[in-house]
Amino acid sequence: MPSRTPLHASHLAAGAKMVDFSGWEMPIHYGSQIEEHHAVRRDAGMFDVSHMCALDLAGPGARDYLRRLLANDVARLTVPGKALYSCMLDETGGVIDDLIVYFFTPERYRIVVNAGTTAKDIAWMRACLAGFDATLKVRRRGHDDAVTMIALQGPDAHERRHTGIDAVAMIAVQGPNARERFWTAFPGYRAASEPLGVFQAAECTSTSGDWLIARTGYTGEDGFEITLPAESAAATWQALLAAGVRPCGLGARDTLRLEAGMNLYGQDMDEDITPYEAGLRWTVDFKDPARDFIGKAALAATQPRNQFAGLLLLERGVLRAHQKVITPQGEGETTSGSFSPTLNQSIALARLPEGVAIGSEVDVEIRDKRLRARVVKPVFVRNGKPLI
Amino acid sequence: MNTPDNLKYAASHEWARLEADGSVTIGITDHAQEALGDIVFLELPAVGRTVKAGEECAVVESVKAASDIYSPVSGEVVEANQAAADAPESVNQDAYAAWLFRIKPADAGACATELGGLLGAEAYAATL
Repeated sequence: MPSRTPLHASHLAAGAKMVDFSGWEMPIHYGSQIEEHHAVRRDAGMFDVSHMCALDLAGPGARDYLRRLLANDVARLTVPGKALYSCMLDETGGVIDDLIVYFFTPERYRIVVNAGTTAKDIAWMRACLAGFDATLKVRRRGHDDAVTMIALQGPDAHERRHTGIDAVAMIAVQGPNARERFWTAFPGYRAASEPLGVFQAAECTSTSGDWLIARTGYTGEDGFEITLPAESAAATWQALLAAGVRPCGLGARDTLRLEAGMNLYGQDMDEDITPYEAGLRWTVDFKDPARDFIGKAALAATQPRNQFAGLLLLERGVLRAHQKVITPQGEGETTSGSFSPTLNQSIALARLPEGVAIGSEVDVEIRDKRLRARVVKPVFVRNGKPLI
Repeated sequence: MNTPDNLKYAASHEWARLEADGSVTIGITDHAQEALGDIVFLELPAVGRTVKAGEECAVVESVKAASDIYSPVSGEVVEANQAAADAPESVNQDAYAAWLFRIKPADAGACATELGGLLGAEAYAATL
């Protein structure tokens, strides 16, 4: 039986069509995926992202541990609340997961990982803790959160259940008017969250518990991702609804991130792919020669087999994942594809042979036909504006 | 779920209507459009193509997925609904008005048998 987030009843009340996503019962849409997509590009929408897993890392060895664990370098983080996107690699340079890490002090961090990879991530992160003076605490995501409950079956599970690590919920409020609408609903948080730069978060404590308000997202729009106590989630959702924020499902989340050119773990990248082949070279930090992160040696020795690019379908049809791309330099493959509601045209992310030029035209095999597509930089839309 | 009484239904969620001129109009059911979500592309069969009952002959694509459409009857495609292809969302708005294609059966008797093998409105609704 799939797990349910603290917002499950709120989704049903809003008319959600629910689906199983990585073992979680989640809303795919509340009526129209396309209208939800437009709401985020033009105004404000909210997503329940409580299925993602938050972990708290603490201890004198926390910073050194993350400098070993992650391909990006947390030494870049010096301002409290600052966040960093990184891949977590295995020894071969394959991507175990992509994640966001928030810095509070060199001894205290918050990490947010994907829902579908939570169990393997926790196992890997725990194994890598050996030799570092730090502890990793998993935040539960709901009272019937099967994965986290299993992950909690460690030697200190008893201690942790009884010292009250409360469950958290996460709500992403995204869109050009998202921040204003959030402040309309929660004026008390304005002072703390208005000065936040992009990829920066503030810890706020009030009568409704500890909140983490982060200026991050997965849509290509401005907004906040809010982590809050599970018991406050439904009332918060209701207050955002009343402030005119539209509930949006995983369907719109997928087309928004695709237009923004953001990878989806498990679809555009996995353990067989290095960050180089997923367009994430910018997240691999080699600057400090003394830093030996996991996967470094393998990445240094490897030549990327493919480049990461966007495709814009020039004919009518819809690109999907795993379609063959025929180029003068050889064959490639789409990794994600859909219809772009903003461009009113189909787009895809693809791995293409090295040497295929941005701006050139290629063929994509869709069923028994070959359709023309243009190779573009893999960012189609940002801040409501087409970039192509 | 809306399942008009005057239509015949395939278990694969197409509807069929026998017209006065002996041709058969085909579309997808209200249940099918609901399950697919926002429809953004229709690939319709070429006029003149000959199809057999049960043969794949169109594709309906929503934002979410592509779905094959099977012809419930055998014959020649005599018309494809270009207006629906130009406005695929019309299938979401009214799946029974936004038909997909029309088939002219080669043999009226065989066509009657094929239509007879389809489900009535009540029987189809019971499968949902």
